[in-house]
Amino acid sequence: MDFGGINPVILIAGLMATAVPILLAALGETVVERSGVLNLGVEGMMVIGALGGFVTAVHTGSPALGFLGGAVAGALLSLIFAALTQVFLANQVATGLALTLFGLGVSSLGGQGYNGIKPPHTPGLLPEALAGIPVAGPILFGHDWVVYFSIAMTALVWWVLKATRIGLIIRAVGESHDSAHALGYKVNRIRLLCILFGGAMAGIGGAYVSLARVPQWVDGITAGAGWIALAIVVFASWRPWRVLAGAYFFGGIGALQLNVQVSGGIPLGILGLIALVCGAILAVGLLRRSTPERPQMHPAAVAVLAVPPLVWVVGLAMGVTQIKVPVEYLSMAPFVLTIVVLVIMSSGRGKAATGAPASLGQNFHASR
Amino acid sequence: MTGTQPADSAETTARPELLRVEGITKAYPGVVANSDVSFTIREGEVHALLGENGAGKSTMVKMIFGLVRPDSGRMTLRGKPYAPAKPAEARRLGVGMVFQHFSLFEALNVAENVALGMENPPPMRELAARIRAVSEEYGLPLDPARMVGDLSAGERQRVEIIRCLLQDPKLLIMDEPTSVLTPQEVEILFKTLRQLSREGTAILYISHKLEEIRSLCDTATILRRGRVVATCTPRDRTAREMAELMVGSSLQPPERSRGEKGPVALGVSDLSVASPIPFGTSLKAVSFTVARGEVLGIAGVAGNGQDELLLALSGELKSDADRVRIDSHAAGHLGPSERRKAGLVAAPEDRYGHAAAPDMSLVENALLSGAVRKGLTRAGFIDWAATKAFAEEIITAYDVRTPGPDVAARALSGGNLQKFLMGRELMQGASVIVINQPTWGVDAAAAAAIRQSILDRAAEGAAVVVISQDLDELLEVADSFAVLNEGRLTRPRSTDGLTMEEIGLMMGGAHGMEVAHHAEA
Amino acid sequence: MLRLEKRPTPSRFWLYATPVVAVVLTMIVGGILFALMGKNPFEVIRTIFWDPVFGEFAFYLRGQLLVKAGPLILIAIGLALGFRAGIWNIGAEGQYIMGAVVGASVGLAVFPTDNRLIFPVMVLAGAFGGWAWAMIPAILKTRFNTNEILVSLMLVYVAQTILAKAATGFLKNPEGMGFPGSRNFSSYPAAANPELIAGSGLHWGGVTALVTAVLAYILLSRHIAGYQIKLAGQAPRAARFHGVSPTRLVMLCMGLSGALAGLAGLFEVTGPAGQISIDFNTGYGFTAIIVAFLGRLNPLGIVLAGFLMALTYVGGEMASTNLGLPAAAIQVFQGMLLFFLLAVDVLTNYRFRLGAGAASAGAK
Repeated sequence: MDFGGINPVILIAGLMATAVPILLAALGETVVERSGVLNLGVEGMMVIGALGGFVTAVHTGSPALGFLGGAVAGALLSLIFAALTQVFLANQVATGLALTLFGLGVSSLGGQGYNGIKPPHTPGLLPEALAGIPVAGPILFGHDWVVYFSIAMTALVWWVLKATRIGLIIRAVGESHDSAHALGYKVNRIRLLCILFGGAMAGIGGAYVSLARVPQWVDGITAGAGWIALAIVVFASWRPWRVLAGAYFFGGIGALQLNVQVSGGIPLGILGLIALVCGAILAVGLLRRSTPERPQMHPAAVAVLAVPPLVWVVGLAMGVTQIKVPVEYLSMAPFVLTIVVLVIMSSGRGKAATGAPASLGQNFHASR
Repeated sequence: MTGTQPADSAETTARPELLRVEGITKAYPGVVANSDVSFTIREGEVHALLGENGAGKSTMVKMIFGLVRPDSGRMTLRGKPYAPAKPAEARRLGVGMVFQHFSLFEALNVAENVALGMENPPPMRELAARIRAVSEEYGLPLDPARMVGDLSAGERQRVEIIRCLLQDPKLLIMDEPTSVLTPQEVEILFKTLRQLSREGTAILYISHKLEEIRSLCDTATILRRGRVVATCTPRDRTAREMAELMVGSSLQPPERSRGEKGPVALGVSDLSVASPIPFGTSLKAVSFTVARGEVLGIAGVAGNGQDELLLALSGELKSDADRVRIDSHAAGHLGPSERRKAGLVAAPEDRYGHAAAPDMSLVENALLSGAVRKGLTRAGFIDWAATKAFAEEIITAYDVRTPGPDVAARALSGGNLQKFLMGRELMQGASVIVINQPTWGVDAAAAAAIRQSILDRAAEGAAVVVISQDLDELLEVADSFAVLNEGRLTRPRSTDGLTMEEIGLMMGGAHGMEVAHHAEA
Repeated sequence: MLRLEKRPTPSRFWLYATPVVAVVLTMIVGGILFALMGKNPFEVIRTIFWDPVFGEFAFYLRGQLLVKAGPLILIAIGLALGFRAGIWNIGAEGQYIMGAVVGASVGLAVFPTDNRLIFPVMVLAGAFGGWAWAMIPAILKTRFNTNEILVSLMLVYVAQTILAKAATGFLKNPEGMGFPGSRNFSSYPAAANPELIAGSGLHWGGVTALVTAVLAYILLSRHIAGYQIKLAGQAPRAARFHGVSPTRLVMLCMGLSGALAGLAGLFEVTGPAGQISIDFNTGYGFTAIIVAFLGRLNPLGIVLAGFLMALTYVGGEMASTNLGLPAAAIQVFQGMLLFFLLAVDVLTNYRFRLGAGAASAGAK
């Protein structure tokens, strides 16, 4: 099957790889926010991780050590955030922003002299033969280990948060730091560890950009991925598998962007697919908003869901297969889509219903 | 309370010693919370720690539970030195605590909440089974899978108690456990506590409610300003005797002169609003009227819509215009400023962050709700001199102890800040006054003063609504009485001849007991 | 062991002392950083902080200070109002760009008409552009409860795309021989924003910034709206009890900060930058966040902080050309300044105490 010049198998395989940086960073931030901390410095930690990973990999020749370096770099930067917010009780929003500005500066300073160098290649994990299987091969077996690692981490974070005592304590601290303190838990210490985990994950995500996606060193290489990761956490309602879904959606947009730059336009089928996903999210959002007192939202949800296929059918009937979209507009698509999805997911619901940790963004100080 | 079982006091003294507290002193900057406190708790004894708000009870038990460290003095548990560095250590040595403000997590379920309070919790499935078993054994029905945010205050307390019981404690500390319970729920709790005591668990019971202590406790240690002033057997003393030991002077009940009721000043009809608070209670078809010169007391266990009612009356929650009428003008659609202009002032319960901005000065806090009626702004520009004068006026009239009007609100003690905030609303000459918890956390003398001024305003012709969880307070000030229960208000009735049993029934009896009957059946 | 204890009343001394301490700490640590990079730290610090004001080329550089400080102050004051109220508009960069693009479009649309009203209308259009761009997160927040931090930030990227489109497309200079960028306003006097006093660096943007600072100061200290902004930030529930409508407050703060950022953009593009180009924006919208905090969210403090930050820009450029210090080092330096400020700020509301404390399980 062919969607106007774009191969869906390649697209899906591509989006799994494109999604890795935002998926890892968003998973880390999920844990951080579940513990009640809002770290807006994800972009900074990612870009520092990208540099740390790149430099380590170039000097050691080992991509694996490179990712470790990225993790360490991200965690070190997040340590600044942890110290400021957990020890000095600084405002989390301001500190997070400062972290991003600082991270961008440091990475651009430290990255001088690395422009134009090729990092060592991150090889595929499984034998080439497996990847050669039609359809399933590229999607299931053709990736490097970091792609599998990101999926494994999704499962791990989900399991730890849901089923382990550590996860329970993290959730408890994020829910009510006063109660947790009264029971004798070290609120700030637990949060500090979560922040470091978030930093390491963002760092690995950043390293994947500079070692596998691009792969070279450019100033500001992460180009806003950290902010998208933050947005994904919100509209995933702080749940790991939904983070994966959100990351793959944006990964899909990113992969599509590359494809379209080659083929020159968006195939109608793909456009319909995006519209369908957006429509589905919107419909879910609308259904959630409807209360027994306001049931009139249900028809709206159905209508919204019906529009994309309708447009597609009409388009097909008229013989349109591809829609030309200027590159500039496509490059702002992830950001516009993020806003749209954020609006849908946050509309009409209180803090409790969104699943936001109750202490999110508040500092804890044990007074008396 | 009925069903008192007099314990044999000779047997009580014969029991072995469990916890001995000797010469404990703890000072905070500016206040000495405990000074040279000593007492002894025996196994299976129900021991009361009695004292006013601020007498040092909470600090004392926090030290026993390892949350706070004493400056000097020592404790022994079964003869061995006892100095827990953290609650986990206290729990391991058999000391459990049920907090006054629960240490619970609303978005987690009962079993998870229990697990968080245990050192080595069993797997969730096993834990759930044990919760069920213990809750049946002690007559405290509880479903381990329910979200704590959806539970009533009484049920939440059961979570805390069961959390302690699963650790098989030798000493159970209960901090003001009955302030959130209906009279019927108090009975259930006492039954459980007596059963525990029979099985040999000692209970340290913190309260300022004298009748409860007389009904439940074997021994009472009375604290005043951080010092032990007496140790007695509560059953041998009258409530009045103990009250005077606790307060240190004899108390005057407030004077009230029942004037003629005037025309209706506040009318609420069929008011339903959704709660803006997570896990809050929505108001359902609330209707009542208050006349000039009348005080309406609204009782109810915390979390049954009190906060929402205050928001709906103050104007922070709007409704259809006709649902709320102030002096027969439709006001439901008005915001707080417009309602103040129309003659209604309100005092929310939470002093820190709702009624007052803690980091702002008293002057700025005087402006907070006084701007409209006191004319403190001109064309939007603030008249700081007039605002300061208003703040000073309140400070003088209500005897607020503060270095001056420019200190931050949070620097004042709870009682002093409450006096300031009450004064701020009561001194605006409003025709309708709504107050939620007028004396929460305030010492007896200040509480009496606040109640007196509420009665004075009513005598001057204001219509007053007092929302409170303190039944004694309501019976003291109110002319008519109603109860909020799960967002519904009972029909107000006169306080004349009202009995505790009737009030208990109005409050909806014991919550969640259907489950218990199910289990028994 | 050291532990923190909350002060009963915020310390006035530390409120004013923290920025100074933060600057000194940044100089020390920054100096170490420069030393590690193989530069003479004293020379670098002198080049950045001393030479622009008192050095050999000060006659020219002092003017540059005002050129850079103007937009920073203008944007930071708007942001500070929002930050005070707990409304986090961090997309000022986008509003700045949109103000410039909309204002410039108006001016270029009537090229080459000569009318005295053209520039004032462009100023209004610039403010409108920034205001409208800020209204997107504001409306989404009030209507759908959407996080304004993320939305305003996403819109920066969108604005940058629009800017690129403007510079290479709809505003491209038809006589520009195919190079990207609009017509230069310096050759269109009716729409230009020239230096008011030669060599001073003062243009209408600087004037507006200083006037705005004074007005904002009066608003915050004397007007009920300023009181409401502070109240909403410190105790949101108390603000609602007072009678503040959160919706109106978000609209007001976002709108004001957007309009001010838009103005800054318009003044920049018609004055110092001269034309719409892909990269005429130099990150003022983000640096202004640092300026706002460094100035303690106080308009008069922001004026001082704006000049200090302008100093790091101007001095940084000098250090870059004269001493070969990388431009990124200045960015690091600015980030560090904000970190130290945030860290030292704890002393305003807390004090350090020695010994075992009230709530310190395990302090020994």
